[in-house]
Amino acid sequence: MVKQVRAVVMSGNGTNCEREVANACRLAGAEVVEIIHVAELLSGRARLDDYHLLNLAGGFLDGDDLGSAKAGANRLTHAAVKDSEETLSDQLQRFIADGKLVMGVCNGFQLMTKMGLLPALGGDYHTQSATLTFNDGGRFEDRWCYLKVDQDSPCVFTRGLRGLYLPVRHGEGKFVVENDTVLQQIEAQHLAVVKYCDAEYRLPAMDYPLNPNGSMAAIAGVCDETGRLFGLMPHPEAYLHRTHHPRWTREPDLPEEGMGLWLYDNAIKYIREQLL
Amino acid sequence: MAWRIVVGLKDKVRDARGERVRREIREHLGIELQAVRTMDVYTVDAQLSDAEVAAAAAGPFSDPIIQDYVINQPLAHDFDVLIEVGFRPGVTDNVGRTAREAIQYQTGRLFAGGEGVYTSVQYLLCGEISLADAERIARDFLANGLIQRWEIVPRSAFDAVKGIPATVPRVTSSAAPEIRAVDLEVSDEQLMAISRQGMLALSLEEMKAIQFFYRQDNVIASRKAIGLGAMPTDAELEALAQTWSEHCKHKIFSARIEYEDERGEQEVINSLFKSYIVQVTADVRKARGKDDICLSVFKDNAGVIKFNDDWSLVYKVETHNSPSALDPYGGALTGIVGVNRDPFGTGMGARLIFNTDVFCFASPFYDQPLPPRLLHPRRIFEGVVEGVEHGGNKSGIPTVNGSIVFDERFAGKPLVYCGTGAIMPRVLNGQPGHEKKARVGDRIVMAGGRIGKDGIHGATFSSEELHEGSPVTAVQIGDPITQKRMFDFLMIARDRGLYNAITDNGAGGLSSSVGEMSEDTGGFEMHLDRAPLKYSGLQPWEILISEAQERMTLAVPPEKLDAFATLAAEMGVEVTDLGQFTDSGYFHCLYNGATATYLPMEFIHEGVPQMVIPARWTPPVLQEPDLSQPLDMDATLRHMLSRLDICSKESVVRRYDHEVQAGTVIKPLVGVANDGPSDAAVVRPLFDSFEGVVVAHGICPGYSDIDTYHMMANAIDEGLRNYVAVGGNIEHVAGLDNFCWCDPVVSEKTPDGAYKAAQLVRANQALYDYCLAFGVPLISGKDSMKNDYMVGDTKISIPPTVLFSVIGKIEDLRKSVTMDAKSSGDLVYLLGRTRDELGGSEYYAMHGEIGRNVPLVDAASALQRYRSVNAAQAEGLLASCHDLSDGGLAVALAETAFAGGLGMEIDLGKLSADEDMRADRLLFSESASRLLVTIKPTDRERFEALFNGQDAACIGRVTGEKFLKITGLYGEILVRSSLEDLKEAWQNPLREM
Repeated sequence: MVKQVRAVVMSGNGTNCEREVANACRLAGAEVVEIIHVAELLSGRARLDDYHLLNLAGGFLDGDDLGSAKAGANRLTHAAVKDSEETLSDQLQRFIADGKLVMGVCNGFQLMTKMGLLPALGGDYHTQSATLTFNDGGRFEDRWCYLKVDQDSPCVFTRGLRGLYLPVRHGEGKFVVENDTVLQQIEAQHLAVVKYCDAEYRLPAMDYPLNPNGSMAAIAGVCDETGRLFGLMPHPEAYLHRTHHPRWTREPDLPEEGMGLWLYDNAIKYIREQLL
Repeated sequence: MAWRIVVGLKDKVRDARGERVRREIREHLGIELQAVRTMDVYTVDAQLSDAEVAAAAAGPFSDPIIQDYVINQPLAHDFDVLIEVGFRPGVTDNVGRTAREAIQYQTGRLFAGGEGVYTSVQYLLCGEISLADAERIARDFLANGLIQRWEIVPRSAFDAVKGIPATVPRVTSSAAPEIRAVDLEVSDEQLMAISRQGMLALSLEEMKAIQFFYRQDNVIASRKAIGLGAMPTDAELEALAQTWSEHCKHKIFSARIEYEDERGEQEVINSLFKSYIVQVTADVRKARGKDDICLSVFKDNAGVIKFNDDWSLVYKVETHNSPSALDPYGGALTGIVGVNRDPFGTGMGARLIFNTDVFCFASPFYDQPLPPRLLHPRRIFEGVVEGVEHGGNKSGIPTVNGSIVFDERFAGKPLVYCGTGAIMPRVLNGQPGHEKKARVGDRIVMAGGRIGKDGIHGATFSSEELHEGSPVTAVQIGDPITQKRMFDFLMIARDRGLYNAITDNGAGGLSSSVGEMSEDTGGFEMHLDRAPLKYSGLQPWEILISEAQERMTLAVPPEKLDAFATLAAEMGVEVTDLGQFTDSGYFHCLYNGATATYLPMEFIHEGVPQMVIPARWTPPVLQEPDLSQPLDMDATLRHMLSRLDICSKESVVRRYDHEVQAGTVIKPLVGVANDGPSDAAVVRPLFDSFEGVVVAHGICPGYSDIDTYHMMANAIDEGLRNYVAVGGNIEHVAGLDNFCWCDPVVSEKTPDGAYKAAQLVRANQALYDYCLAFGVPLISGKDSMKNDYMVGDTKISIPPTVLFSVIGKIEDLRKSVTMDAKSSGDLVYLLGRTRDELGGSEYYAMHGEIGRNVPLVDAASALQRYRSVNAAQAEGLLASCHDLSDGGLAVALAETAFAGGLGMEIDLGKLSADEDMRADRLLFSESASRLLVTIKPTDRERFEALFNGQDAACIGRVTGEKFLKITGLYGEILVRSSLEDLKEAWQNPLREM
């Protein structure tokens, strides 16, 4: 049988970006890409075990009514999969233990953080140690941001990358940690994969608008210690093609392929090399 | 018992929401506070154990990293005054709904009927404020008394041990459902009293038509046969009032209008809608022949045009003015999620790909006393923007195009236009996607939310002016997530062919949706007692006409009902079988087996008497003002750039997600710093094609004070001009007309009705003339005809306003053009002729004048120009292209320059213009159909060849200096402004909104 990279995008209850995330996975070369509604997973007809890359897409799970992704995290934790003893969270933990990849964007990052999947220091994937809360400006904002990539990060998604230019579109994107120790460990282990920065990708930015939400240490995205779980507030699936760039009509030298696609390329490459 | 869970941020965590509230209290009310902190309160009223409540508090309700919580204890400390704001009973509480679901997931048990979670927010105010100030803060800023209640607790009265006791805003009603008969055999005065007191908004003539109907022997006999008395039931009267409302029936647009023009010539117009709107579309389609792009016009919830061989485009624009006047947040939120359902419920259903928003407000800086019941324009601005933000963003639909127009008269009623575009397969399960038909025997199935008292009388309420007794129930709060779940489900049901027809529940609720769908079969039988309710105590007539949101009605074949219901249950969507479509000829509703309505379909749909409206056009006596030429043109230009209609709306645009779905190729903000004002949006709806959807609009109510004919002509031209500017194909475009008028029917309240009706006629005449001339079919539209405020002696009427929205196509979106100057050395051309047309302009308005010389649109030359622009775009000759509108040439030059971060040198002497025009007139004239373009010098010959014989003057060049320089007719320096100064003037006014 031909070896296939299988990617899944979980949808439903307020996810909004599932179609473009699926498109990103396809463009990056995944042979099987499926958008699976959470109801399908809860019915037992679809299982996370059948995939290598789990995408948790942007949106407003349950309207973010109890705080971003809070109600969504609660559902995954407690809702039982039909005719089985497990919850979706159990499937997810097995997915992680199997060495597979998870990427959460925006609401997906909020979901991962609030479930304790990120930064998951010491390999503890159950205890929340950081959060994403209201932007310092107190408002939702759509704005393109420069991101400096930590090249020493274990993150498999950003291998070989130096900087990214992507849009943020959120009201609750301020990254906050439980205490200084958590931040020190994140920094020491290079888990703060992407940081808001200046237009030359040189220095992390603490001031608005370069840092659009007041995130601690300018952190825009983090990974776990294995580098296989990655979450970020900016939207890589929003920059897959030259015409997504806000200035494509005045920058004729932009490459056809958008920067966001690089993250998916890396993920698929890793799966091909390590998991197939 | 009820528990109160209070969740607050830990002491060291910054409270961004509180800081924003503090800032806004200062800006809105001028009250300075030291600090504001906020807390969330969940009142849980359900059969749960203490441990289960504690688990909810510790789990989904709070974030351990930044928040603390307490149960049945106070968390508030170190404040001066506490204000707690919660919803009134029965008001949609989205957070409460999600909280309930979260507990259900945790416990694995469903809540019983009557159990619930209710949310409120505590604001802890620090500072020296009186109780009177606190009352003002609660009433005029934090809460809206129509839907919310509040409690003010000064620190001295706060119980530090128990906190605030739990109150449960449960709806309690002991009224038993009944079907009441209404006696119409009464005097005319009493008939009108029945209409007024029942919020029926029916005229005496209409009431008498109903009275007459019930007197007929055959009607009495047929009613007797099914056990009904001769008198109408309350549900019948309500159903008639909804169906016959101005909102649903468009009585003014269907009226017989007796029009007399300024020369005394008389004309009878039998329906403006049929004579102009439907007619021009028919004429354009006929003229286009095989190039006709229309697929479905005027008959469905939205219009449908071709996109390519496989896909069609769907577009609808709605207004939600009256609800937004009462509750700006809820009104606008409901406006956007409501209009989402229109394209979704068109044909067999369509996938939503973009939203548009256009608002008309009074100045947020208005500082005069406000008449009673009106909210401050700033509050309306803030509430509406937030409502559309939540509605659009949470639904995952990018907001790609819009504008905000200001006029003091919009204090009486704000206009809130919300549009939604969608895409559907040309063919679905072997049938055209844009067609649908309910069949006899199909089940009537309601999907989505439950029914409550919210939105009762929305249709009739919006058919009247805003007055003292405007009902509270008209206000609704949308729930984007319930709707999103429903849409996710229905898209799958559509593709599996599980239903025959679909429509949305909007104005008039089930009465309208089932009433309209049953026209396919000729009748229906619906059991109102089967409808799922939010709480008990609703009367049958309330169930029938409630406008509770997030509901669609479907015709499901009986053999597919099981599959439909199973899929719904799995996806967490409630669906209910309410009855069936029949060919009985009757609008038949029952409640527990008893007939609640039994109306012939013909009477309910066709029985409304045609209105007769007199219209007399007497042109207003106006003259051109005598203004002296400004001495400091730089300062004048800055003032113009700072005018509310012209200045940057970036603070609003950024609050909308304008690129979710990854299709927004030309975004609302463009240019070197991503902050220039785009003319139109280009959306790529299909990942495997570079064909683009182009969306734009025109709106210019300022010209209505001179002549609504030219207001309409200019709105059409502006919409098309914006559309063409980015690359929209002028041969593949359709229009949507949304009329917002003040009451045009002569009455005691409206003595100038004949003039307003004549304004309406003239706008329609222009709509016909210009759509025909441009070859643009109309595919959908809407009218909102009672945009007046009347309390006591104070009447405010909005200026007649038409939003002309356009949708069309660009074959290759990689050829789209933005408005920002691109390179130093490029040549600057002005396309079109500049005339002495400053009537109704921003320049005159700045001087407090109206003037007389309104811009006249020459469609023939404009069309030729737009075709040439398209040709230039196809050849890649345009570096930038920007439309000239409010503020004319000077504003367009400044915007093009600072958006590109490049200077310009312009010579006014090169303009193609009327003779003897003074420099300020050349700079600020708003002559129509003009575009400012820049091109590479090497493209000059090819470009000029395309515009041979047209007004296309090279007026200067782009420079690397950061200055806009304009020389006058005598070579003098008129303007020499730095880009930084111009941009600051343009960005400053609404930056902090």
